[in-house]
Amino acid sequence: MTKVYVSSVIPAPAADVWKVVRDFNGLPGWAPFVAESRIEQNAHADRIGCIRNFTLKDGGRIREKLLALSDYDLSCSYAILESPMQVENYVATLSLTPITDGNLTLAEWQAEFDCAPGREAALTQQIGMGVFQAALTALKQRFGR
Amino acid sequence: MVEVRQSTIIDAPIEEVWAILRDFNGHDRWHPAIASSEIDGGEPADTVGAVRHFRLADGGELREQLLALSDKDRRLSYCLLEAPLPLMGYVASIRLKPVTDGNATFWEWRSEFHPPAHRRDELVKLVAEDIYRAGFAAIRDLLRRRDFPMPTEARPSKTIMPPGPTDIAPRSIPAPSILASSLRREETTRAILVERYGGPDVLQLKEIALPPPAPYEVRIRHTVIGVNFIDVYCRTGFFDLLGLPGVPGMEAAGIIEAVGSAISGLSVGDRVAYACPPVGAYAERRNMTADLLVRLSDDISDETAAASLLKGVTASFLLHDIHTVRPGEVVLIHAGAGGIGQLLVQWARHLGATVIATVSSDDKARIVERLGAHHVIVYSREDFSEAVMRLTGGAGANVIYDAVGADTFAGSLAALAVRGHLVSFGQASGPVGSWDVGRFASRSITLSRPNYAHYTDTPEKLAPHVDRFFAALRQRAVRIEQPVAYDLARAADAHRDLEARRTSGALVLLP
Repeated sequence: MTKVYVSSVIPAPAADVWKVVRDFNGLPGWAPFVAESRIEQNAHADRIGCIRNFTLKDGGRIREKLLALSDYDLSCSYAILESPMQVENYVATLSLTPITDGNLTLAEWQAEFDCAPGREAALTQQIGMGVFQAALTALKQRFGR
Repeated sequence: MVEVRQSTIIDAPIEEVWAILRDFNGHDRWHPAIASSEIDGGEPADTVGAVRHFRLADGGELREQLLALSDKDRRLSYCLLEAPLPLMGYVASIRLKPVTDGNATFWEWRSEFHPPAHRRDELVKLVAEDIYRAGFAAIRDLLRRRDFPMPTEARPSKTIMPPGPTDIAPRSIPAPSILASSLRREETTRAILVERYGGPDVLQLKEIALPPPAPYEVRIRHTVIGVNFIDVYCRTGFFDLLGLPGVPGMEAAGIIEAVGSAISGLSVGDRVAYACPPVGAYAERRNMTADLLVRLSDDISDETAAASLLKGVTASFLLHDIHTVRPGEVVLIHAGAGGIGQLLVQWARHLGATVIATVSSDDKARIVERLGAHHVIVYSREDFSEAVMRLTGGAGANVIYDAVGADTFAGSLAALAVRGHLVSFGQASGPVGSWDVGRFASRSITLSRPNYAHYTDTPEKLAPHVDRFFAALRQRAVRIEQPVAYDLARAADAHRDLEARRTSGALVLLP
């Protein structure tokens, strides 16, 4: 099992950041690498078990299933069903924590997955920096001064 | 029941913050409210179930029990057993999380308890502010505060922190992520990088990575960089203020180029200067924690600020805090032609004191006379304590500023007046050795041994000295000689000239 963990300080109150990231169908609105997204079978994006089906700007297609969504803990967990990344048992969680000092937000994004031996480092880098950190950096800029 | 939750970002790696916080018996070393602490029965502080028994600065006594400690989650929980306040059922926890983007630490401190209804607001405020937020500030302060000796020191002095079971102080400043080959697209800056300790040749101009400023940092584009003798001690590894590889320098002026997400009150374009650790001033641009930055008004040039802020702030607290120089007092200043000496001579004279200065040569005697010293003693030619007694009709000096150390300490004691004050603020010629304090009673002598950080390491402590020094510059009570300027790339030449004492007045680098 390989783990990836990335965290950033987002310069906005947690409630404001949560409004953006809680929408399971909202990636194209803030993640710089996502072109378009839809929820399969016309389900609500906050219905546990729904599947988002989105295309990347580089053409790749990913299907992910919503496993948990908590408006109390400000966290969202999902599993990959299909992706070009060749990962198995991939479960990720994006969570927000208020930073009372300055009214900012700690955003944490972590994932666990299995992959072919020898690919751990490359996938950790790709997912950690190329996906999670890139999206959090975009989020920082969106709320930045 | 009420819940109190406070959280902050500490600009240090999580391992360093956890090393301090996981010590259940270590809070008396950093929390300002706590005077002393011990574990009942002398158990190790990381034994779950251990009870810490501690006293507050105001005399109150408390006992708290460790309920959970996790090095994996970096979490610690405890409950209150006895307290002078009705914090019924108080259970608290501390947890840390890494901020991987910037290598900082998220710290949350929360608790639940049952207060009596009529004291609810008061107790919530006390816990949130006087305990949690004060603790955040204290840890931030502790991590920033190095053993930063007086600029005149020639020997590392003891660390500020008492020895403890955890290795928390002193630490050398970790090499910034300057050489990290991050895949992020990073900006770079030109800087003098020290990769090994040694002579001036180790000061090499390199292109290094410059990450975006962390939440509590600003990025400064330097215009003028101050060169101080302490930079030489950092370069040689004599002080452990410079981690390798690292950029030396503790004084500069410049313009704010970017601000971190948690910064308020400073904006891009502001002119600022600083004179404090952490090191890193020998660079075109750097990131810096914002709280000890000094804003420059239009009438203070970048060159003046970079050449004199450290010395001016030092002179201010020496003459106003450690001893308040009053009109008519006799003030003896050793090394009156030195960097701080020149400021002390001018400023003490302005304050109405009778100024006696010692120097090593006739050339320097002329400099000090021009600055306004009433009497100058060339100590290579005559015994300065006898000279002081002769000049004062046997009364002696009311205050003596001595950064020379071994060579002058005994003579300074002999030159003091009854109830005189010896301010020993450096030991350029070596340590002063051991003295029997009992003998000081023969003339009711006061001895001070100040450390720069203790007078300047918070904005509240620093501001009055900066204001006072800038006011003295404006009134022309003190004047700063035109500094000798070198290109940043020639930092090694600047150090060679400084060490050979080929220059008089301040040295600066121009990026």
